[in-house]
Amino acid sequence: MELRPNGLYCAPGDFYIDPWEPVERAVITHAHPDRAHPGSRAYLTARAGESLLRAVVGPEALVEAAEYGHSLKLGGAAVSLHPAGHIPGSAQVRVEYDGEVWVVSGDYKLEPDPTCAPFEPVRCHTFLTEATYGLPIFRWPPPAETMASTHAWWRANQEAGKNSLLYANPVGKMQRIVAMLDRSIGPVEQVTGLPAPERQAGDLPRLVLAPPSLHNTPWSRQFAPASTALAAGWMRIRGTRRRRALDRGFVLSDHADWPSLLRAIDATGAETVGVTHGFRGPLVRWLEEHGRRAVAVDARFESDL
Amino acid sequence: MKAFAELYAALDETTKTNEKVAALQRYLSAAAPEDAAWAVNFLVGRRPKRLLESRKLAEWAIAEAGVPDWIFGECFQAVGDFAETIALLLPPAAASTNLPLHYWIEQRLLPLREADDETRRAWLVSAWREMDEGQRFAWNKLLTGEFRVGVSQNLVVRAIAETGGLAPEVVAHRLMGDWLPTAEFWRQLLATEAAADISKPYPFFLAYPLEGPVEELGEIGAWQVEWKWDGIRAQLIRRAGHTFLWSRGEELITDRFPEIEAAGAALPEGTAIDGEVLPWQGGAPLPFAQMQRRIGRKALGKRILSEVPVVLMAYDLLEWEGRDIRERPLEWRRAQLESVPRDAALVLSPAVEAGSWEELRRLREESRARKVEGFMLKRRGSPYRVGRRRGDWWKWKIQPYSVDAVLIYAQPGNGRRASLFTDYTFGVWDGGKLVPFAKAYSGLSDEEIREVDAFVRRNTLERHGPVRMVKPELVFELAFEGIQRSPRHRSGIAVRFPRMARWRRDKKPEEADSIDTIRGLL
Repeated sequence: MELRPNGLYCAPGDFYIDPWEPVERAVITHAHPDRAHPGSRAYLTARAGESLLRAVVGPEALVEAAEYGHSLKLGGAAVSLHPAGHIPGSAQVRVEYDGEVWVVSGDYKLEPDPTCAPFEPVRCHTFLTEATYGLPIFRWPPPAETMASTHAWWRANQEAGKNSLLYANPVGKMQRIVAMLDRSIGPVEQVTGLPAPERQAGDLPRLVLAPPSLHNTPWSRQFAPASTALAAGWMRIRGTRRRRALDRGFVLSDHADWPSLLRAIDATGAETVGVTHGFRGPLVRWLEEHGRRAVAVDARFESDL
Repeated sequence: MKAFAELYAALDETTKTNEKVAALQRYLSAAAPEDAAWAVNFLVGRRPKRLLESRKLAEWAIAEAGVPDWIFGECFQAVGDFAETIALLLPPAAASTNLPLHYWIEQRLLPLREADDETRRAWLVSAWREMDEGQRFAWNKLLTGEFRVGVSQNLVVRAIAETGGLAPEVVAHRLMGDWLPTAEFWRQLLATEAAADISKPYPFFLAYPLEGPVEELGEIGAWQVEWKWDGIRAQLIRRAGHTFLWSRGEELITDRFPEIEAAGAALPEGTAIDGEVLPWQGGAPLPFAQMQRRIGRKALGKRILSEVPVVLMAYDLLEWEGRDIRERPLEWRRAQLESVPRDAALVLSPAVEAGSWEELRRLREESRARKVEGFMLKRRGSPYRVGRRRGDWWKWKIQPYSVDAVLIYAQPGNGRRASLFTDYTFGVWDGGKLVPFAKAYSGLSDEEIREVDAFVRRNTLERHGPVRMVKPELVFELAFEGIQRSPRHRSGIAVRFPRMARWRRDKKPEEADSIDTIRGLL
């Protein structure tokens, strides 16, 4: 396994995992825009993620879907996909060659999520982990607790006759929230694509779920009076919420928090851990101080949310 | 503490002033008087004297969290707020306290000052263990005294006034001066008739900068014009045989300025003068940096007193013969002020005479030579108001100096700017090299800050701790007020109030100014 200009490459299997540029064969951990790009000749994805990937790469692309745990031969390597618990259809990629096992986890979380299969620990020699939230200040409250405060906020807004604008990543996070919503509180509207639908005159106050990019735009302002909130792990820090001039921040992440990162890494039994995305440095140093071999791996695309 | 932590969260969660006032009012009307007094104490920015060093606080939190030292720094950089970093880093909370705010402050916080380190540590750790995360955060804020929560004094005043059914001006006045946060104070604050406190200053009236052309103010004859002095705004009070000098920050500074205290002693009973403390010699102000030499000192020796003498430049009279005369028109107050006995340390701010705005505009050109910042324009018929108000007082400042400089270093900001590169150092050309010339933090829009932040991340040449040295590419126009030689600065020059006036996307770094050009401004 090596890092090439196009991305992470597996020589024995002649394929890339989440390549940055078009390649012959791409194995995709999940369909977020920093991981899946159109233009490659052939894609491999988990069955549950097929439709999301299809939406990104277009109807012409060659997409092969595999069940979780089903082992495939790619060149000399045995490849299987295992649930990562990140978003619907997200997968860890297990690659075995010559008795060596690698697991490329993509993004993952350990919290329960009604929209996707739970993270499955896979034993390996080398584990590639994300570190989006690789600092001990990132510790997620139980999702049920976050939803309870979200509901309280929504209910108070309904009572005050205000709209509730809740921003969330439209791929994954939004579906997760919708699946946990208490629909008895009021009407719900979901905005996933652009152009976003206009507000209708005479609309009752409602919860509008929208992509974060629509915050503080002419579109969002037509919902006034409204209270605004964002659901993301970054909302653990007051500064990130205040800087965006949001009224509320709900800590709900599809990434692993610090305790989960350590637990997941431990469960793999890996001798070597590659760390990519986010707070690479601190996690590498921590792992080394705890007797594990760890290296920082650069990623071309870093997402903010 | 529970209600107070919720108040803190509620204030933090909204950017709308009406909602902030409503949250404050909800808290204040439900709180016990001793809790309300403490809350107001912190909300208006008063804090107990330093209780302990932040370093120790961090050290004990790190031990309690069971993490290595180095990770605290990493976390602080991501969070940008010391109290919050500790609250987020401590082990998950298992308790929540129902004990009131005044208990936590009087029984648990203030005694820390007298205790030795081992005891302090034990007390702090047990306090953290009794609190939930939101309470820990509020508690840490109380401990560190960095209590900014986006609430201005005006909002607190409004909330108290609404709670007590009083006029905001009355509340603002009662909050001035020295008071102790006790139940008794809270009752007096809300009382219909307040007992007199002989030291209490009046709330300062503050001016807005003039926005449109000066001609829009109408007839020049309706305006009193004075030079705008650059010193320390202050109020000199003489009552019951005592003299008090208050700064605008409501600090009693009488003993810092013995010359002015002596001048105050010569005033008649029941006098309050509004003015500016200025370093003054030979009938003209000294640079403000001279004043800073004096402010920084605990003991004032003969030498500093003779090198940097000060005066109170008097420009308004608020109390005369024991009566509050703020409602009288300015011209009346001015006439009275001119009759007040003066001495060498009490100077009357001269009225600037001009027959037309055009003539005044020409006189304004003399500002720099006169070491003033421009003009103050005051409507002759106006009362002395409370706080910053539009309409009757305007400051008409001279254009600041400006220089084109290149961004060379950047580091992350604090608070809501944490984890964004917002604090910049700019360089100007000296031969073929860029020498650091000034630091600036303000002046860019959020949009521009994000753009510069992205530039910094992509163009880092070297890292020195949190500081990034970046590719010298971006040019900014810096504005500043004063300029002075300074052996302590690498460029040999120090400037006052530098800020970014605009991003010169049209300029290449080679086109930035040189140190020689800047020396020419001296």
